[in-house]
Amino acid sequence: MRFMLLQNYGQVESDCAPMSEWSPEDIKAHIEFQQALNAELAELGELVDAQGLAGPELAKFVVSDGIGAPVITDGPYPEAKELLAGYRLVDVESAERAIEIAARASAAPGQNGLPIRQPIEVREVLSAPDPEL
Amino acid sequence: MTAAVSLEDLLRELAPQALGALIRRYGDFADAEDAVQEALIAAATTWPADGRPDNPLGWLIRVASRRLANAYRSDDARRRREVLAASWSAASPDPPSGRDDTLILMFMCCHPSLTPALAIPLTLRAVGGLTTREIAAAFLVPEATMGQRISRAKAKIKASGERFALPSPDQRPERLRLVLHVLYLLFNEGYTSSSGPDLARADLSGEAIRLARAARAAMPEDPEVAGLLALMLLTDARRPARSGAGGELIPLAEQDRSRWDRRLIREGTGLITGALRQGNVGEYQVQAAIAALHDQAGRHADTDWPRILALYARLESMTGNPMVRLNRAVAAAMTSGPQAGLALLDGLGERLGDHHRLHSVRAHLLEQAGDRDRAIAEFRAAAARTTNLREQQYLTTQAARLAAGPDRRASSQPATPPP
Repeated sequence: MRFMLLQNYGQVESDCAPMSEWSPEDIKAHIEFQQALNAELAELGELVDAQGLAGPELAKFVVSDGIGAPVITDGPYPEAKELLAGYRLVDVESAERAIEIAARASAAPGQNGLPIRQPIEVREVLSAPDPEL
Repeated sequence: MTAAVSLEDLLRELAPQALGALIRRYGDFADAEDAVQEALIAAATTWPADGRPDNPLGWLIRVASRRLANAYRSDDARRRREVLAASWSAASPDPPSGRDDTLILMFMCCHPSLTPALAIPLTLRAVGGLTTREIAAAFLVPEATMGQRISRAKAKIKASGERFALPSPDQRPERLRLVLHVLYLLFNEGYTSSSGPDLARADLSGEAIRLARAARAAMPEDPEVAGLLALMLLTDARRPARSGAGGELIPLAEQDRSRWDRRLIREGTGLITGALRQGNVGEYQVQAAIAALHDQAGRHADTDWPRILALYARLESMTGNPMVRLNRAVAAAMTSGPQAGLALLDGLGERLGDHHRLHSVRAHLLEQAGDRDRAIAEFRAAAARTTNLREQQYLTTQAARLAAGPDRRASSQPATPPP
């Protein structure tokens, strides 16, 4: 079963400040945590992909009717908090395992080493039809 | 060929020679390239078990010819017979043509009808002898996607009607410029993304150096080819000191210079010195000269900034590239103080746009000037705009370091941007 674990820029459950206001040690600990979690998931054969996205400052929205020139909207966006910041794609035995990984990611260390408690959106990836059907 | 040469190195060296021989015989670059790729994969599978053939190049040409004949089986029986007949006599290629063939293939793969995103993988496969799987892994895309990209590149070259020959003398300088640009981008692709334990990428900068060496062997008289190879060696020499244990970027000023590769520095310095003596100075030679000055400084404080500043001014007038102005501003700050550097950045935003490098250079110069609040804001702006993960982490950490207090500077030297 494949799951996307999505992280938005949205408000975190703790009162953690944005990363650029943390101490260098806290940033280092956070990055090391993410790297270690990815390494662990890769070791277990569960990690398919993990990516962080460039900041909302570089985001563009494109709408087209397929005929005329597309409408392209640049930032800054009032709703930047709803934008995707990054994701992990995992291939796991059960939905419970996906939730377990999401819980680990949510408790990543933040300011002063306290858990960020960032909401992780857990979404199952649609699979191809069962060949037996 | 001695057994000391690894199978991989041998196949990569023979790949362009086999391809050149096949194109000479059968005329079609795209089909011949597919056939050689299959022969390389067959060799990598069977040679370790059966032992290397006495004439490895002849073996590759023979097997590739047979593949080509099979590919033609369905559409043209007569053509197939011709190819097959020729394959029996294909055991001994013309050795003197090997070097020329490599060069012709480089010009073909870096054809003006191709964007670098198409030219780079095609060059890696046709000239570098890498497999599609290896190239796909290096660029982190599925193998099928990379295979299609290479097919599309070959279709474009076919459509252009390019013949298998060196470009005419009047076109040659412009075509050579394209080849060098593709190799330069390939090197940078490897250099900016190869750090860190989380990325297991093929050594793209190593491949770029190997291809630049091949170009140099084919054009020993060209000072810009020597300049590009020197630039790669002098930059690659710093790689061991460029990232920390967690993959984090370490800027030039803070690198442990004892970890720099002296052998590469000697070779690069020798190359650029010889090239500059020829008196036909181009942009890669100037960049290599700057890299050599950095590499020769035992400590960051010993860097010959006045000469680097002069070289950047020359490079800027040669290329008109606004990115060069950023480096010139850093050098100006080191010779005449941060205000001189900041003055060079004025108005640059109109030419560069809202670029992260402009914000990061300004941040460093503002920090040197003691304007902490504006430096923090610029570091944050740069971090928000970069698309490189390591750079984003570096810039965020710089903002955090300044925000945490004025006494937390990591070294006594003013920091310079990551190279």
